[in-house]
Amino acid sequence: MRERMVEGLFIAPALVLTLVVFVGTMVWTVGLSFTSSRALPIGHWVGAAQYVRLWNNARWTASVENLAGYALAYVLLSLVVGVLLAVLLDRQARFENAWRTIFFYPYAVSMIVAGLVWQWLLNPVVGLQSLFGGAGFAWLSNPRLAIYAVALAGAWQSAGLVMVIVLAALKGIDPEIRRAAALDGIPVWRMYVSLLLPQVRGALVAATLLLAMAAARVYDLVVAMTNGGPGNATELPAKFVMAYLFVRQNVGLASAAATMLLLAVALLLAVGWAARRAIGR
Amino acid sequence: MVTPTMTTRTTARPTASRQVIPPPPLHVRRARHLPTLLLVGAAAAFLLPLWVMLAGSLKSMDEIRHGSLLMPPLRPTLQAWRQAVDALAPGLVNSLLITVPAVLLSTLLGALSGYALAFSRWRAGSRTLSNLLVLAAFIPLQLFIYPAVLGLAWVGLFGSLAGAVLAHVVFGLPLTTILFKGHFEQLPLELLRAAQIDGAGFARIFFSIVLPVSMPMCAVVMLLQFTGIWNDFIVGLVFAGGENQPMTVQLTNIMGTTFGERAYNVEMASALFTAALPLLVYFYSGRLFVRGVLSGAMKG
Repeated sequence: MRERMVEGLFIAPALVLTLVVFVGTMVWTVGLSFTSSRALPIGHWVGAAQYVRLWNNARWTASVENLAGYALAYVLLSLVVGVLLAVLLDRQARFENAWRTIFFYPYAVSMIVAGLVWQWLLNPVVGLQSLFGGAGFAWLSNPRLAIYAVALAGAWQSAGLVMVIVLAALKGIDPEIRRAAALDGIPVWRMYVSLLLPQVRGALVAATLLLAMAAARVYDLVVAMTNGGPGNATELPAKFVMAYLFVRQNVGLASAAATMLLLAVALLLAVGWAARRAIGR
Repeated sequence: MVTPTMTTRTTARPTASRQVIPPPPLHVRRARHLPTLLLVGAAAAFLLPLWVMLAGSLKSMDEIRHGSLLMPPLRPTLQAWRQAVDALAPGLVNSLLITVPAVLLSTLLGALSGYALAFSRWRAGSRTLSNLLVLAAFIPLQLFIYPAVLGLAWVGLFGSLAGAVLAHVVFGLPLTTILFKGHFEQLPLELLRAAQIDGAGFARIFFSIVLPVSMPMCAVVMLLQFTGIWNDFIVGLVFAGGENQPMTVQLTNIMGTTFGERAYNVEMASALFTAALPLLVYFYSGRLFVRGVLSGAMKG
């Protein structure tokens, strides 16, 4: 009996926190999205009206569109660069630690700092632009390109994560496969494309999922780099939620937006789970 | 035969390899340096932001205006650093006051919860809880922030250092718990059985056996939590309150308030100053950090 009590004590922090804090606050936020709450959570029930208003809100639809562009560019760029680096390091046995340290350090830098550095690099007056005869790098002032500039900064941070994940998986492949491929005289690039990378598809799916979820909640980076501008060109859903919670004082609408974020993440997790089952890992 | 590793592997089995593998054709031998070149190019691109920050922070505004971004500082000065340190010193203190307790608490509580989940006799319950924790670790903070603000205000901790610490501990627990649970499940069960037979209880086993042999895992988790909490922006912004803002939040304030020409050198020094501690910790303990990130990523 005493044993049980002690065990209960141990499990208590996890239990209380998960149930009360995470599930409770999440349900609360979803509940608020069906009310007319403004500055205080005391509005009355309005059904799905906040969702109708949300999808008629130009800033929200712009945020969703921007997120689509950001996520696509960020995930693709991180994946391509990360996988390429992993393959290169997989071939290159010398100084592997040093290379990995260089490619992974951005991950230890805060998003705020990353956003600021890239803002300077892409600054038309003091940035890279001035090195290249004043053309081609004014992305941040171009409403069509600004979101991809943010994606570039994001990918600079995350490519190392992809590299670390894929490299660890490549190292886990049975060396016999490489030996057989080398004996058959298969070119190195073919060996990776048709033999080794398919072997690590579990890691690739995991990396893609992590990137997609990181994209869905990106906030700090855009605050530091563009603060949503020019115009609405780099507004993003996570930033929309914060603005309507703390600046616009519209808790109901912010909660509806947060609930959309929850749906997006849930959808991604479901897709990831299905993908993992499909590939049998 | 293209890289040294291949050669050692094939010579380890001399029977098959010697005759079968033809000497690499010319284009392959030429391509041998391509990977290294690509790596060097990529490394330069990845290091560029760090270099620009470092070089820029040591320049005078005059040098920034007239020189190029990539040039090393020709007349290095610590002027910008002095201003940055003056401006960010309170933020540094706040960041330490938030990060140190939050890291220790979230690691300790994560170890306790992970232990309970790994060895609880209530299997179904602990599996459900673990799955919920994995979900919780991935849900954007925006879902929890408003109720968390109300809850902390209700207990009188909103806008205080303690409030920020508490928020970090709560938001960090899913990850630390999952990491420890995964680690504890790999411990040899015989060790625990033997202790149990000797009459040691659940708590006794944790504190005198499990925790001491899990120190490397503790280091990994603390490293991850340190990096995450030090680099956090949103929790510090919302929960810490005006006088207790951590460095990251103060950094954005500095950027926002300069009128007229922006003091880029001070901005770069400030940014590097904010990133300095996690970077030093990372360069010092890179391998452990990689291990932590990997086990965290793979639990998802």
